[in-house]
Amino acid sequence: MAATATLPRTAAAPAPRKRFVWRSVRTYISAAIILLWCLAPFYWMVVTAFRDVGYTFDPTFFFTHVTFDNFKTVFDTSLGNHFAQNLLNSFIVAGVTTVVALVVGVFAAYALARLNFRFKFAVMGFILGASMFPGVALVTPLFQLFTNIGWMGTYQALIIPDISFTLPLTVYTLTSFFREMPWELEEAARIDGCTQGEAFRKVILPLAAPATFTTAILAFIGAWNEFLIASQLSSDATKTVTVAIASFAGSQPHVEPYTAVMAAGTIVTIPLVILVLVFQRKIVAGLTAGAVK
Amino acid sequence: MSTQVPPRAASEAATREPHHTPGKESADRRQITQGRSASILLLPTIILLAVVIVYPVVNAIIMSFQKDAGLVNGFFVQGGAAGFDNYTHWLAQQCNGQSCPPGTLGSQFWNAFGTTFFFAIVTVALETVLGFWMAIIMARTFRGRSAVRAAVLVPWAIPTAVTAKLWFFIFAVDGIANSLFGTHILWTGSEWPAKWAIIISDVWKTTPFMALLILAGLQLIPDEVYEAAKVDGASTWQRFTQITLPLVKPALMVAILFRMLDALRMFDLPYIMTQGGNNTTTLSILVVDQIRQGFNSAAALSTITFLVIFIVAFIFVRFLGANAVGAATSAGKK
Repeated sequence: MAATATLPRTAAAPAPRKRFVWRSVRTYISAAIILLWCLAPFYWMVVTAFRDVGYTFDPTFFFTHVTFDNFKTVFDTSLGNHFAQNLLNSFIVAGVTTVVALVVGVFAAYALARLNFRFKFAVMGFILGASMFPGVALVTPLFQLFTNIGWMGTYQALIIPDISFTLPLTVYTLTSFFREMPWELEEAARIDGCTQGEAFRKVILPLAAPATFTTAILAFIGAWNEFLIASQLSSDATKTVTVAIASFAGSQPHVEPYTAVMAAGTIVTIPLVILVLVFQRKIVAGLTAGAVK
Repeated sequence: MSTQVPPRAASEAATREPHHTPGKESADRRQITQGRSASILLLPTIILLAVVIVYPVVNAIIMSFQKDAGLVNGFFVQGGAAGFDNYTHWLAQQCNGQSCPPGTLGSQFWNAFGTTFFFAIVTVALETVLGFWMAIIMARTFRGRSAVRAAVLVPWAIPTAVTAKLWFFIFAVDGIANSLFGTHILWTGSEWPAKWAIIISDVWKTTPFMALLILAGLQLIPDEVYEAAKVDGASTWQRFTQITLPLVKPALMVAILFRMLDALRMFDLPYIMTQGGNNTTTLSILVVDQIRQGFNSAAALSTITFLVIFIVAFIFVRFLGANAVGAATSAGKK
């Protein structure tokens, strides 16, 4: 900065300023395009969710022919939709998966971030490899196994495979968060007479809470959005929302109930979008934590 | 360890053991106790991953060498050892010693293989270019920047199944895409429009992820480097190719690797939008279609899919310098 300020200004002094204005106009146009590209389809889903079935394909961009009927259709068990049950199932599966991954993953992440030991590289590689693992390779053996032991259509048949991708993600994200923490405080507490366990519980755990919470959101969204495993290993009773949305029934047979599906999509998505917008900064930190550091 | 320690003090602390009991003996003992507590802390994760990943995979490999039970020449036969039959069934498209008739799953392997790689290469290429552009915009300072950064998370947060249904609706015959552009394309009804519909949906959904990873990489580049280049008279394009690209390369390669592996296991979008019709069956869809016709050949196919993805990851890490594992662990050695 100092170097540029002392450079001798020539006759063309105002030029950089002009260029700066033009550059910022271009930035705003680009930003507007990004906003439009990211939000327009989502907006279209919400508009359609509130639109009367008769106007499904009305290309007006605003909220017209507003109705709540689509939301009633979604929860209408007489049409064969069990959306309330599907929502509950998703909450159970994603919730339990998140809790298990977090409780187990916190210890592993602590060890990887904090302790020196042999095979650290190998363990890290194993966990990273696990996070890149194709889910479809699990479906066949688990389908057969769960059929044999009578677990098809149980919650554990969905939770156990979900752990295969949630746990590596949790360990990975938490490890990179834990590396950033002021561990000197733990040392200080130990010098003051705490045991390692006490120091961890009283000093580090409160500091780790925000990172753990962020990781929990990431894990929950991952498990909530899962489709492949749930579509194969769930029954009618344990069907999750993503599977239910893919096979929705409307009031008329053989007609794709677009407006109802958009209503269901809106119900499933709005809580996630709120969560993401509120914790935006933390989520970005969590998403990028492992990749660039 | 990341607090503001002057460099000299830090290096001194590193050469000494940074604890109040110096001496080699206690450092060794510390290493041993750390190793012991590390193995206790890591054990639950390792056991759980072994149960949810290693066991099913080993099981799948064993299954893949067994014959499917079923009807042969009108007789029901139990499985038994199959050798590599299940693998030649897919790779050579052999059904009972002759080439599989068109329309059967066995005849679709190389098609699905091609479709999978086509999707992966096209989507990742588009996402890299678009994501880079988005990241560069988001790295600038302007009012409303945090709004843009929040907005790009919306497509990422929406479940892929919902994304698929949303774009299925947008691409409906009477849908908004056709009415906006005045076209009458049967988007999900014929091969190329269906493929492009899937590609566009995937690009919409996952470009934000790419953009955020690249943005994080961009933010590690100090402003001074650009200032210096400006003083030296480097043009915008020169600054991009000489500074931005090489310095962001590690983050970019990790982002491309992650996306590539994700794209190679693509399932939700084509499964929901086209049910794999019109030549949009990916390897993952083929596995799922096969499961109900025979576990063991499905297991062989999922093993092949796993190997394909593994080989791509290996090539990336080995030859293109995607330093994912290294990036994760080098920080740990500090």
